[in-house]
Amino acid sequence: MTKMTMAKALNAGLRRSMEDDDKVVLMGEDIGRLGGVFRITDGLQKDFGEARVIDTPLAESGIVGTAVGLALRGYRPVVEIQFDGFVYPAYDQIVSQVAKFHYRSGGRVAMPMVIRIPFGGGIGAVEHHSESPEAQFAHTPGLKVMACSNPVDAYWMIQQAIAHPDPVIFLEPKRLYHSTKADVDVDATPEALFESRVVRSGSDVTVLAYGPTVKTALTAAEAAAGEGKSLEVIDLRTLSPLDMAPVLESVRRTGRAVVVHEAHVNLGLGAELAARITETCFHSLEAPVLRVGGFDTPYPPARAEEHYLPDLDRVLDAVDRSLAW
Amino acid sequence: MTEFLDPSPSHTDMVQLLNPEGERVTHPDFEFSPDRPEDEAVRGFYRDMVLTRRLDVEATALQRHGELGLWAQLLGQEAAQIGAARALAPQDFVFPTYREHGVAWCREVDPMQLLGLFRGTDQGGWDPAEHNFGLYTIVIGAQTLHATGYAMGVQMDGLVGTGDPTRDTAVVAHFGDGASSQGDVNEAMVFAATYNAPVVFFCQNNQWAISEPVEQMVKVPLYKRAQGFGFPGIRVDGNDVLATYEVMKAALKRAREGGGPTMVEAYTYRMGAHTTTDDPTRYRLSDEVQAWKLKDPIARVEAYLRRGGGASTSFFTKVEAEADEFGERLRAGIQALPEPDPVKLFDNVYTELPEELREQRDGYAAYLASFEHEGASR
Repeated sequence: MTKMTMAKALNAGLRRSMEDDDKVVLMGEDIGRLGGVFRITDGLQKDFGEARVIDTPLAESGIVGTAVGLALRGYRPVVEIQFDGFVYPAYDQIVSQVAKFHYRSGGRVAMPMVIRIPFGGGIGAVEHHSESPEAQFAHTPGLKVMACSNPVDAYWMIQQAIAHPDPVIFLEPKRLYHSTKADVDVDATPEALFESRVVRSGSDVTVLAYGPTVKTALTAAEAAAGEGKSLEVIDLRTLSPLDMAPVLESVRRTGRAVVVHEAHVNLGLGAELAARITETCFHSLEAPVLRVGGFDTPYPPARAEEHYLPDLDRVLDAVDRSLAW
Repeated sequence: MTEFLDPSPSHTDMVQLLNPEGERVTHPDFEFSPDRPEDEAVRGFYRDMVLTRRLDVEATALQRHGELGLWAQLLGQEAAQIGAARALAPQDFVFPTYREHGVAWCREVDPMQLLGLFRGTDQGGWDPAEHNFGLYTIVIGAQTLHATGYAMGVQMDGLVGTGDPTRDTAVVAHFGDGASSQGDVNEAMVFAATYNAPVVFFCQNNQWAISEPVEQMVKVPLYKRAQGFGFPGIRVDGNDVLATYEVMKAALKRAREGGGPTMVEAYTYRMGAHTTTDDPTRYRLSDEVQAWKLKDPIARVEAYLRRGGGASTSFFTKVEAEADEFGERLRAGIQALPEPDPVKLFDNVYTELPEELREQRDGYAAYLASFEHEGASR
């Protein structure tokens, strides 16, 4: 057991992947000598060399596009996008090239690639540094999308994503990078990659969360317990494909669901989850599926972000509305 | 090869070894020196170009008959493509646009597979690794980054500058004058220069980006842009197969030996439309097309071979007969291309079919089957 922050866990996971497979190469802006702006790749260039931890020119489409070429040559590139809001210059390469290569080639060409994106707000950053673009990628067939919420998952999920044969958009909640530490057992058997998990059992309302909002949901569940309300919290972990089985099992028991994400509510993951829950267990529902998320505005100036981000009170408010239905 | 960067005043702006009249001309830096006897090599180029043109003509006709959804014509660009492709070593890897039918021919991709893409029976039925020829890329310029990344991989594999010409590997990024405006092409050049990647940027400047003339967005000759990125650029007469072959040979050799990227601008002309949906009479003068007709890439080789005795009359008759036979094969083959199976649409989105996609597939299969059942019961 080693106590690690999420940043340290990701660093250790990347290191282990690079030790396990010499075809794994890291690419990104400032990831070498600097160790990345969040220090996730700290020390890796020193140990693995400049050929495997590649400081790239400042051009996101260029990074992802050349990563495609490396993957075609048999490498497993792991790309760091410096901040969520900077992924859009690479959007064309991700959506039109990375996502479609295996399909277009009739399955002849695999595209093993991980695109790591620090995402979400809550760090007081200036604009374009706090976005949640997951729905844009989850909407794209050919990509797999996941979000880690704690150091243990971060350690294992990054390794599993790198070993996975399909391209993975790997979302890291940047405000949790350095916040809390957890015991990581590097000899444990990891959970399966594409599975959602109940992280707190309850019986009244199912709260669905991922990435940064798992912590929010757990805090809300703790507060609700004090008021005699029992919340079940599910960490989705995989956003595409969704793992609906545990979600549906839970909602059938509780009859109520609240989805919490930082992304805009309109056409966000919550909309898809609400639709699938309604289509599948309509008769078990005691209330419509409610969504708590970022407003349908651009991400606001940092001094207003506490209003924009779903917090404990807004989650509890939705829980109350669900229970009052 | 630093002379690329600083051509002496005696150098012409554009490398040419065979002029439009079919006469050999000399160039201070380049000499036609094929790997086979000269006349045999030129006859080979001629045959490649004639068959490639026949493919283009047949495919255009097939589109007009409703057999293809679209065709991107290469008419007029045969020399640029055949010259560039015949300069390749077997281990070199090519990243094409959607118009590299001549290069595909040289890389032994079955032309029926090109037609399948434009008919809509698949999205590129060849195995890139088998032919060292990537999938056609429709999004303009995207493949130049793939080429650069692949070249970085070649370098990591230690296959640059070993001194073994059968192992050292170069990569070709095809693109056009229109694509030169794309961010991806410019980023590819930045990355290639940064890592000294063994990639040759082969730009077929066919003068027109659909309806927009190259002068509209290109304010210095395209090949001169290379200098700004920090590697050599050179312009070659793209309607001269001999010159294109030699210039590409030199650029590829330089890449394989560790000299880094080169940009080659093949100065040519798109005689046909951009694609079969286009009508070039709306934006360009027939005088211009007529002027370029006099520079036809195939006619000049034929004139050279006939005048110099490099080929007998029977050679031309034989190639013509082969082209006719080829055309028949294409026409006969088009309707034999298998229609896509709707249930297989779900395959290969991922390496394994996820549960939710399996449900969609099975649901759609059951839906289709329900109609068959209705039909049967009626």
